[in-house]
Amino acid sequence: MKKRKVLSVLLVAAMTVGMLAGCGSSSSSSDSGSSDGDKEASGKVYYLNFKPEADEQWQDLAEKYTEETGVEVTVLTAASGEYEKTLKSEMAKTDAPTLFQVNGPVGLASWKDYCYDLSGSDIMGELTDEGFALKDGDQTLGIAYVVESYGLIYNKALLEEAGYTADDITDFDSFKKIVEDITARKDELGFSAFTSAGMDGSSDWRFKTHLANYPIFFEYKDEGIDNTDAIKGTYLDNYRQIWDLYINNATCDPKLLSTKTGDDAVAEFVTEEAVFYQNGTWAYNDVADLGDDNIGILPIYMGIEGEEDYGICTGTENYWCVNSKASEEDIQATLDFMNWCVTSDAGVEAMCKDMGFVIPFKSNLESENVLVNEANAYNADKTAVTWTFSTMPSEEWKNGVGSALTSYAADQTDANWDAVVSAFVDGWATEAAAAE
Amino acid sequence: MAGGSGSSAVFISEKEGDFVEKAMKRYMPIFVLPTFCAFILGFIVPFIMGIWLSFCKFTTVTDAKFVGFSNYVKAFQDTVFRHSFWLTALFAVVSLVVINVFAFALAMALTQKMRGTNIFRTIFFMPNLIGGIVLGYIWQLIFDGILSNYNTALKLNEWLGFWGLIILVSWQQIGYMMIIYIAGLQSIPGDVLEAAQIDGATRWQRLWKVTIPMMMPSITICVFLSITNGFKLFDQNLSLTAGEPSKMSEMMALNIYNTFYGRTGWEGVGQAKAVMFFILVVIIGMIQLRATRSKEVQQ
Repeated sequence: MKKRKVLSVLLVAAMTVGMLAGCGSSSSSSDSGSSDGDKEASGKVYYLNFKPEADEQWQDLAEKYTEETGVEVTVLTAASGEYEKTLKSEMAKTDAPTLFQVNGPVGLASWKDYCYDLSGSDIMGELTDEGFALKDGDQTLGIAYVVESYGLIYNKALLEEAGYTADDITDFDSFKKIVEDITARKDELGFSAFTSAGMDGSSDWRFKTHLANYPIFFEYKDEGIDNTDAIKGTYLDNYRQIWDLYINNATCDPKLLSTKTGDDAVAEFVTEEAVFYQNGTWAYNDVADLGDDNIGILPIYMGIEGEEDYGICTGTENYWCVNSKASEEDIQATLDFMNWCVTSDAGVEAMCKDMGFVIPFKSNLESENVLVNEANAYNADKTAVTWTFSTMPSEEWKNGVGSALTSYAADQTDANWDAVVSAFVDGWATEAAAAE
Repeated sequence: MAGGSGSSAVFISEKEGDFVEKAMKRYMPIFVLPTFCAFILGFIVPFIMGIWLSFCKFTTVTDAKFVGFSNYVKAFQDTVFRHSFWLTALFAVVSLVVINVFAFALAMALTQKMRGTNIFRTIFFMPNLIGGIVLGYIWQLIFDGILSNYNTALKLNEWLGFWGLIILVSWQQIGYMMIIYIAGLQSIPGDVLEAAQIDGATRWQRLWKVTIPMMMPSITICVFLSITNGFKLFDQNLSLTAGEPSKMSEMMALNIYNTFYGRTGWEGVGQAKAVMFFILVVIIGMIQLRATRSKEVQQ
């Protein structure tokens, strides 16, 4: 009996202590909040992160922010390729993400009603260029938080072994000659020109989206537009030229491309089976084993007139949006968090160094990523090709082009290329009409 | 509700004086309640919401705008959806035949008196324990490994994809159906077969005139399961071919999924397709059940 009494007293004591501790911590956090200003007192931030490769760094950064300000920050990362799906289900919840991202105008179209107008916010003032804001009419609904580049990543040592340097590649013809020479001497050299242009789902976006950006970009430039409901496909012959070059000078038979994955291409590049690997600055960590002095990035040439005057393809498909349906306090807390990320030392350090981003804000630090620096050097005296692929009308369109490219690779006839053109041009019109 | 049925249970039990039945009736609501709640929350509510959403335009499910029948109109105009319907129907029929014939044959073989039948039953059942997505990727490696010798691949030809899928699904489901058939075979009374044998029936006659008629309940279940599985097939389709080449191997469930996520503003169309899909599977299931039930005999 006595024992039981002692036990219950102990339990009550433990409970009280727990409650006190709970109150204590929450009151101390609201103290620190109010010292920074009233606006931070009650909001919380829920960030749905797009980049799985930066998940850990975001978690750390969120923790640091909570320590510093007492504002609760939750970071959830969607699995690769699952962002839209995760966002759709998360946004239907009571505690929806307060900070999420869209990929550009097409992504914005479906989330417009959920985007808070960021015009005049603190973070807007930090942008180095107005062009990094995603606008709809006179509203600013998204802000780019990372700028990336892609092109042909190449292995300097292998290129030299084949008897060339990057300076020899000045246009499509010179590039083609070098590539075909490497293929001709493939057995003697022991490596191929290109890594496999895998059309598996983990890798096909490099071609159906990123490579397809070039013909679209140059067509937009000719027409003086930045979006369209009906693409003409002016430069699709050039698209074919570069695709032919990729698939017929690679490590594997073009018939097998549908089975090749993104990992296959990385493996081939890192084990020095191929000189060129089309991908972007985000792939730096995958290929860093080759050594910083040994890797570089080149623009992609496909024989379009005047393309030599352009540099590396640089842009963004990562725009931060603030959920307009969140509570007033949460929106404010989110805006403060975003601003802190790109202005405070800890935030900038995490984004630029730990995550390896180039951020389009005044505070951007010099990158340690060789590919970023090479791309910047290239673009210093040239105009960058911009990312127009965020205007592609839908996922369906990309998949259609991807399937057609795969079939063409397996059987390179004109009829099959016509199917690619049809998926590209007619598919664009259909999809643009379907999206309303 | 619980109180009401409880008191009526007392009334009945007083008349009959059956203690077990009384306890059953009284506590039934308590035992049923958790499952009932789960069923409402996990099935009824989403189901009704799903039907409602098929008439709406929406981005998130909690924020929908009524648009009438326009989603259904778009769904009917979609030629890929029609193609996927015929492909799915073909797939369901072929897989139905292959799975059931092999499962029945295996069940017959493994109910003979021989050593190691239990081990074989276990082995044949095992593929069923692996998830469809994993199976799809593993079989993709196997098929492409073989096909690369012939300079082709699963995703380049819709018929390769189709037969690949048939092989995969057969491998996965034959073991499961086999277990059901074995249970059915074991419940056939030995004296009936013995009597037939004494009367001079041959092996074939015994199979067709005695065993199969007495197996009809099992056949009903297996045919129902394999035909609905054939229609609902999703994971394996997604991971094995992902609808390549150009959606030619895309079946209905995958088509619905791709419609939902493939285009901005088409969520409602995907939903409308899903409702039509549901109705279709229910109708086919009903017809099939009625057809095979009528052949069942009383033992």
